[in-house]
Amino acid sequence: MAVKPDIEFKMGKATRDAFGAALREAGKTNADIVVVDGDVNNSTRTEWFAQEFPERFINVGIAESNLVGIGAGLAACGKLPVIASFACFIMCNGYDQLRMSVAFPNLNVKVVGSHAGISIGEDGPSQMAIEDVALALGLPTFTVIVPADEPSTLKAVSAMLDSVGPAYMRVGRPDVPVVYGDDPDFTLGKANELRSGNDITLIANGIMVSAALEAAHALAKAGVEARVLDMHTARPLDVEAVTRAARETGKIVVAEEHLVQCGLGSVVAMAAAEHAPCAMAFVGVENTYAESGDPDALLEKYGLTAQHIVAKAQSLL
Amino acid sequence: MTVGEPMKMSIAELEEQARVLRRDIITCTTIAGSGHPSSSLSGVEIMAALYFGGVMRYDPAEPHWAKRDRLIMSKGHASPLLYVVLAHAGYFSTDLLETLRQIGSPLEGHPNMSRLPGVEASTGSLGQGLSIGLGHAFAARIENADNHVFVILGDGEQDEGQIWEAAMTAAHYKLDNVTAIVDHNKAQQTGWVRDVLDYSPLAEKWQAFQWDTQEIDGHDMEAVLDALQRAKATQGRPSCIIAHTVKGKGVSFVEADYSYHGKALTKEEEQRALEELGWQ
Ligand SMILES: Cc1ncc(C[n+]2csc(CCOP(=O)(O)OP(=O)(O)O)c2C)c(N)n1
Ligand SMILES: [Mg+2]
Repeated sequence: MAVKPDIEFKMGKATRDAFGAALREAGKTNADIVVVDGDVNNSTRTEWFAQEFPERFINVGIAESNLVGIGAGLAACGKLPVIASFACFIMCNGYDQLRMSVAFPNLNVKVVGSHAGISIGEDGPSQMAIEDVALALGLPTFTVIVPADEPSTLKAVSAMLDSVGPAYMRVGRPDVPVVYGDDPDFTLGKANELRSGNDITLIANGIMVSAALEAAHALAKAGVEARVLDMHTARPLDVEAVTRAARETGKIVVAEEHLVQCGLGSVVAMAAAEHAPCAMAFVGVENTYAESGDPDALLEKYGLTAQHIVAKAQSLL
Repeated sequence: MTVGEPMKMSIAELEEQARVLRRDIITCTTIAGSGHPSSSLSGVEIMAALYFGGVMRYDPAEPHWAKRDRLIMSKGHASPLLYVVLAHAGYFSTDLLETLRQIGSPLEGHPNMSRLPGVEASTGSLGQGLSIGLGHAFAARIENADNHVFVILGDGEQDEGQIWEAAMTAAHYKLDNVTAIVDHNKAQQTGWVRDVLDYSPLAEKWQAFQWDTQEIDGHDMEAVLDALQRAKATQGRPSCIIAHTVKGKGVSFVEADYSYHGKALTKEEEQRALEELGWQ
């Protein structure tokens, strides 16, 4: 199962696979890393770390609030806990613990939520996190990262592990197109411009980055040159890149695989409103839960394709 | 079946019904190409006894009938089991089973009470069903009604703290109209329960939480029926049935391998499974 673009991207692995591989690599050089999972290690790919470093891996069973609390204690003892589950379970079931035990004391816990978004497909809405970024943004001390593809996730994991303080990273289930070359530049809080253009800016994260590139490609055929920003960090937000985009292109479309009311679009809109108000439009899951089904069909039905970005862009032009 | 009279099959009929349910669980998940057949197969006798053995009072023509008993599938990933039972009970056509997990189908990967009649709770995030069941039980008590609430829990699901919060609440309030049934199939997602998180002794825990606790062979139809009847009749405290089951029951290669969790059988495996169940 893969999320397929129309233009010729090379397909890469899922961002959860890249997370699992990067975590296993990091374990070789950083002996402080302790990984905690809640009986989904084969899904989150923390099992790859577990196979190599069983003494630094803890499966706490199906108990996400306990899982988060254990992460807090490990961090307080100087370990570097990476705690993982499905995004919906770790963020929703563990939220009070994330707030009180991790965010408030500002502990160095790295939280990774996999199977985020509606592109998990057939398992359906109960397993689809569409509010995890909103929840993470509700924890003021957290860095919030939503990488787009395999190469950038590899870099994002190292950047997250090197940073100090609590962080949330969202990764997905399906294989996704590669939008970066090998070893891309990746700095937390700094957007990557994947395409230049001065007619409009498309800002996206996660799987919507390739869709934004695809949309830019389609817009170019109609003579519209779109700038595309991979806004992989929702906090700290690259306010400067947003401001520049607003000033230089005058129009911004934000696209995310998340509830449209309370994710990347909101923080980008705030930044633009404060520094350089401009015309904006938003692509995301409208006020609804999705359903079970084929991932590509769901992305189509719930408005998360390049075509939807193009339509929003045209509404601003 | 007259309204309110539970469907009551004989033991032999129930056993044959169980074989039908197993077939349908396997075929609908194989058609879907994903899902949780192994988690569904372990609970077949329990669900057959509840719906077809004269235990539960319900009326498919009136899914919201106030006098109905409730079944909450807390281990929501066993939705194929719930769906095949609801279909055979008459809530909807068995033809719908082949739409499992397809876009537009009310038979979602996990049960969605807003879309499918007979589904009493939307589940899929483990640990939540028993508390919801308690809500139904309190509502019945307030109305002086005699509805009974059955909640099916996974044994991996026992890891969730919320279950034990609910267990204390039910005991404190002497909610004798609640029965928790643990589908103790010894496996969870990433391994055998005793290897992932060995919380034994399980029955002693429920006993210590002041639940009337029975331990049975969850594939022995007579034992299942007896336990359910006793649970329903128990007064003054909630009931727990620890049903010792086998994950993937009836399909040898699935029974032997916990890593079948969350995997539909291939076409070829489906054939072998149906043969083992005596369908070809
Ligand atoms: C809160 C929560 N955490 C994790 C999961 C992912 N998950 C789905 S099924 C499962 C294993 C369930 O094991 P068990 O309760 O023993 O049920 P079985 O499949 O064995 O019947 C897990 C961890 C989930 N659905 N909900
Ligand atoms: Mg189990």
